[in-house]
Amino acid sequence: SSAVMAAVRGRAVLAPLGPRLRARPRAPLRSAASAASAPPLYDVVVSGGGMVGSAMAAALGHDIHFHDKKIALLEAGPRKEYDHMPDSYSNRVSSISPGSATLLSSFGAWDHVCSLRLKPFRRMQVWDACSEALIIFEKDDLDNMGYIVENDVIMSALTKQLDAVADRVEVFYRSRAVGYTWPLPSHSCDTSPWVQIELADGRRLQTKLLIGADGHNSVVRKEAEIKNIEHQYDQSAVVATLHLSEATDNNVAWQRFLPTGPIALLPLSDTASSLVWSTSHEHASELLAMDEESFVDSINSAFWSNINHSDFIDTAGAMFRSAISFLKPSGTAVRQLPPSVAKVDPDSRAMFPLGMGHATEYVQHRVVLIGDAAHRVHPLAGQGVNLGFGDIACLAHHLSAAAFNGSDLGSLKHLLKFETERQRHNVSLIAATDVLKRLYSTRLAPLVLLRTWGLQVTNALPPVKVRI
Amino acid sequence: QLSLFRLTVKTPFRTSHSSVDSKEMKKFQLLAHKWWDEEGEYSALHSMNDIRVPFIRDTLLSMSSNYHRGNPLSGVKILDVGCGGGLLSEPLGRLGASVTGIDPLEDNIRTADQHKSFDPVLAKRVQYKSSSLEEIVEESMETFDVIVASEVVEHVADLETFIRCCSQVLKPEGSLFITTINRTQLSYVLGIVVAEKIMGIVPEGTHEWEKFVPPEELEHLLESNGFLVKTVKGMLYNPLSGSWSWMESMSLNYAVHAVKSGAQGQSGPTDAPSEMDIQQQSATAGAA
Repeated sequence: SSAVMAAVRGRAVLAPLGPRLRARPRAPLRSAASAASAPPLYDVVVSGGGMVGSAMAAALGHDIHFHDKKIALLEAGPRKEYDHMPDSYSNRVSSISPGSATLLSSFGAWDHVCSLRLKPFRRMQVWDACSEALIIFEKDDLDNMGYIVENDVIMSALTKQLDAVADRVEVFYRSRAVGYTWPLPSHSCDTSPWVQIELADGRRLQTKLLIGADGHNSVVRKEAEIKNIEHQYDQSAVVATLHLSEATDNNVAWQRFLPTGPIALLPLSDTASSLVWSTSHEHASELLAMDEESFVDSINSAFWSNINHSDFIDTAGAMFRSAISFLKPSGTAVRQLPPSVAKVDPDSRAMFPLGMGHATEYVQHRVVLIGDAAHRVHPLAGQGVNLGFGDIACLAHHLSAAAFNGSDLGSLKHLLKFETERQRHNVSLIAATDVLKRLYSTRLAPLVLLRTWGLQVTNALPPVKVRI
Repeated sequence: QLSLFRLTVKTPFRTSHSSVDSKEMKKFQLLAHKWWDEEGEYSALHSMNDIRVPFIRDTLLSMSSNYHRGNPLSGVKILDVGCGGGLLSEPLGRLGASVTGIDPLEDNIRTADQHKSFDPVLAKRVQYKSSSLEEIVEESMETFDVIVASEVVEHVADLETFIRCCSQVLKPEGSLFITTINRTQLSYVLGIVVAEKIMGIVPEGTHEWEKFVPPEELEHLLESNGFLVKTVKGMLYNPLSGSWSWMESMSLNYAVHAVKSGAQGQSGPTDAPSEMDIQQQSATAGAA
């Protein structure tokens, strides 16, 4: 994580923009006279039609100051119809924070999500497999802490809201961008000042601002030669849709830190939960290969077994707990027991490798990175897509103001404001997530004690918990 | 770029009209192709858009009852006098206005035309003409809803003629927006010595302190030529952050919004609200 901190330099306002405006491959000479045959010009092109790219295009499309602007969204895959949600739950779900819900409702998408299906949760219980230490997150007021929503549900809502502004936002399906040509920053003579985009089928587009929302292997980022600090964790995440032994309120999100990695149960309904189990590649493959009964047993054992406790840690933990309870009697809340799992949806098991990444710059002249293209985190904090939605809220705010000022949308001046705001927010969270991941990947007594006590203190002290 | 320079040396200036100062034109000639480098010699003018565009936009919005979503200045005809490379014309055009930008220097107009040509929306909304203000008066009587003269009046040879021409091409009750620099000891120290000679915020020799215009003089000229001064605000440039902000004092830069009186009823010298007196007092206090 120190590598992360060192590599991400906040931009000093006084520093010249020289390095950002360095000459890159020149745009082909194209005189203004041939404007008639020039590729279509958009105000904004969003590359990548996943949750973050689609939400970005929808947010701008619904913005009052973009009423007369032309926006394009490029998506490599085909258009998916989401008219009917299957009865079974999809195995790819996201934990949506209240802030993200606010963004989605700002352009009418949250209503659609609510009318499809989602599961609010009020509480998060996080605990350690090596000790009794536990932390419970709960909101004092009766609001929800967050929502578990299937990614397909979010995409369905976003697609609907994009259709609603089809006069402003053109969505290109089956359109992969294969090449980008960057303009010189202060152009003269006959070179086009816009970003040129070439699609796989040979079509070309021009844009005043390119937003790269094309995931952690972002082509936009690579073509813009933006350095990316990345690290592959030796872990894969196993996902599955599970059915609980008995119906329950199921409004708690559970996460237990095993030495091999965290296992999480995210509520989908009173009888179903989604599994996200981060573990070694070998163990992940085993989990996928084993029969359904063994798989369910492994999950229950992971949540209930005390095999990783040591007497030493238990005693030390208990002593510490009684010490704090003397200082703050109401400090530790009631420990709930996680539900037990009865069966797994057939064909719902899948795995994908985990890594961490952070782009050293989020912006350049006429280019912005958002979502996983800019930053990739471990799922243990449930933050991934929320960081992307946070990027969207911030960027849409700055672009809206720029449009209302008649500014050139691709100008670095307001793009840098976005970058500063988001880097400040993202870097600490990404670094903290990385630290947590490493801290919890061990059985070594001193580190376990450290995190045990740390967790207990954090649990006992309300102000710290609220900040989280 | 070299060929552009050779071209400029050969082409004579058009300087035969009273408000254009040929010495001033020579100064801008050399920088005609540098307008659009946001980090170059004109960076302070680029960042001035962050306050002058909202000022113009919000003043006009508050005076009108129509609002077109996404195009707040739709239907407004604006004359940008001394438009240079088009730094202010373009944002106004993007907000929906029909902008005519005039500048006596042909190279500036060439730069401006070329820059807008790549954007079809701007190319339609913004037109440039190499001309002085006097030259367009006859064909443009009472044509424009708004005139903007930003960072211009400190360069003109005859300010009264300039203002009179503004009045002639402006429709009754049309708005005139001016930004310029006050003539004070402070503006000499900061505006000339520091800005030009020490920090290079403004290219050296751009300004002559003697031609700076105190707000009370400008207001007087405006009012005796059929204008009613509505707003006068001080502006401040922060060289460290490269950004502009509004300030109480007008001892450095300031902005003015004036309205041409309607067809009936002139605003005479008797129409002097007490706020004018207060502003005059604070301006003279600043000049000390």
